Amino acid sequence: MSEHLIKLRDAWPQILDGIGITLVLTVGGAALALVVAIALGLLARFDNILLRGTARVFIEFFRGTSLVVQLFWLYFVLPRFGVELSAIAVGIFALGLNYGAYGAEVVRGSLNSVPAGQWEATTALSLSRTQRMWRVIFPQAWALMIPSLTNLLIQLLKGTAIVSIIAMADLTFMIDKLRQDTDTFFAYTVGLLLYFALASLLTLGMNALEIRAKHKLGRGDSLRSALSFSSSASRAGKGVA
Amino acid sequence: MVRDTSQEEPAIRFQDVNKSFGDHVVLDQLNFTVNKGDRVTLIGPSGSGKTTILRLVMTLEELTGGYIFIDGQPLTHDLRDGRRVELKEKHRNEVRKRIGMVFQQFNLFPNMTVIENIIEAPVHVLKVPKSQAITRARELLDKVGLADKEHAHPLELSGGQQQRVAIARALAMDPEILLLDEVTSALDPEIVGEVLEVLREVARTTDITMLIVTHEMQFARDVSNRVLMFDSGSIVEEASPEVMFTQPTEQRTRDFLAAVLGD
Ligand SMILES: Nc1ncnc2c1ncn2[C@@H]1O[C@H](COP(=O)(O)OP(=O)(O)OP(=O)(O)O)[C@@H](O)[C@H]1O
Ligand SMILES: [Mg+2]
Repeated sequence: MSEHLIKLRDAWPQILDGIGITLVLTVGGAALALVVAIALGLLARFDNILLRGTARVFIEFFRGTSLVVQLFWLYFVLPRFGVELSAIAVGIFALGLNYGAYGAEVVRGSLNSVPAGQWEATTALSLSRTQRMWRVIFPQAWALMIPSLTNLLIQLLKGTAIVSIIAMADLTFMIDKLRQDTDTFFAYTVGLLLYFALASLLTLGMNALEIRAKHKLGRGDSLRSALSFSSSASRAGKGVA
Repeated sequence: MVRDTSQEEPAIRFQDVNKSFGDHVVLDQLNFTVNKGDRVTLIGPSGSGKTTILRLVMTLEELTGGYIFIDGQPLTHDLRDGRRVELKEKHRNEVRKRIGMVFQQFNLFPNMTVIENIIEAPVHVLKVPKSQAITRARELLDKVGLADKEHAHPLELSGGQQQRVAIARALAMDPEILLLDEVTSALDPEIVGEVLEVLREVARTTDITMLIVTHEMQFARDVSNRVLMFDSGSIVEEASPEVMFTQPTEQRTRDFLAAVLGD
């Protein structure tokens, strides 16, 4: 076992590089996915059949074809059309489009669950369509969509492991190298723990976002008081006042 | 062209208005006018179409047939060269700016503080400078008795307070017409009074045309100058509040009033 730990220590800088690539794929993929999700989620709510239809086809296509095939297509087929992307760009594109298509359904659903009275109040105040969406409806839908987006983000993180098949030195790739120097049990256990640690960090970050979004809607503590240990005391104080 | 006709136009005119939901006809060839400065209360049994009328004026429902004119201007549809044409969203939004509405469920924006709710439309729709909008919002908050709540979140307020903010928010747009649909129905009985008192004050101190749906008959008597009794989407009887509430002509009105007044 202690030999394994020494091997792990020797491999650690490389593993950190792998974590770096995994994080770049995750953050890049998530950023693209968010943009795609919002764009498609908004389009899918349009009255115009052409816009809505386009969004639906796009959503169903990217949900219905596997990430691996999308990855291969972008990596091996796209160059034949003269578009050659780096492996990391391919990874980010594939993850962004695939998870963006899932996210679009989350965005659309959350927008639809903002109460009708909120939409009606924006009409009564003569807000334009754009103002209505970005100043009133979306900020409320945002708080509703964060829990589902968190799930998708964790899935996306795990999805980045697939990207190692197009020759990327991500965390999964480095764990596999570690396995050759140690053994299967040790290396994959380290892998599990590291992915779990990354997922936990992401979840924590997203939970903080959710607390902040809810607080902005006047529900629940502010992020600061939720993080501090005195929060229960201050809450009790508020109850009395 | 020579004469200024705007003085003679009614604030609201319904012309041959039809409204159906699917094959359920709610309003059938409805005609009525509300003059500028009128305070008209609509009464009638549940399902008679009172809310639908207010929602049509606020463009929250689409007309099935006919026309609504606001100060002589067509609201959502117009007759051009003998054809009924639908008017664009841009036009609707212009006419809509003259109309405000207060809802039964308040519908304040929870992502904004009280004062942000009030200045939102003046600043972003009417393009009033922010500092000016804030000054006006504070005056209105003072008027509705909530001067100390400007930084509160809507959900921290009681129902009665939320509704008073909603009234201030509607007034901040300086509407020519104010629509009130059962604005106290969602409130506990002991706070209905504070909201009605604010509305009485608005009625006393402004010349806003009001279209009111309420079950508060005393309030209707105090603020309105006309009462329209509806049943099944048509006007059964029209009278001053004094006449309507003491000596209505129609049997249906008498039955309805007996039922709501509980005697
Ligand atoms: N969105 C809708 N879809 C289908 N039917 C509707 C819709 N809105 C209203 N109606 C129907 O239209 C009729 C008139 O409704 P409306 O809400 O205008 O009545 P009301 O006079 O305001 O009644 P209440 O006193 O109960 O508020 C009712 O039969 C109602 O069921
Ligand atoms: Mg009603």
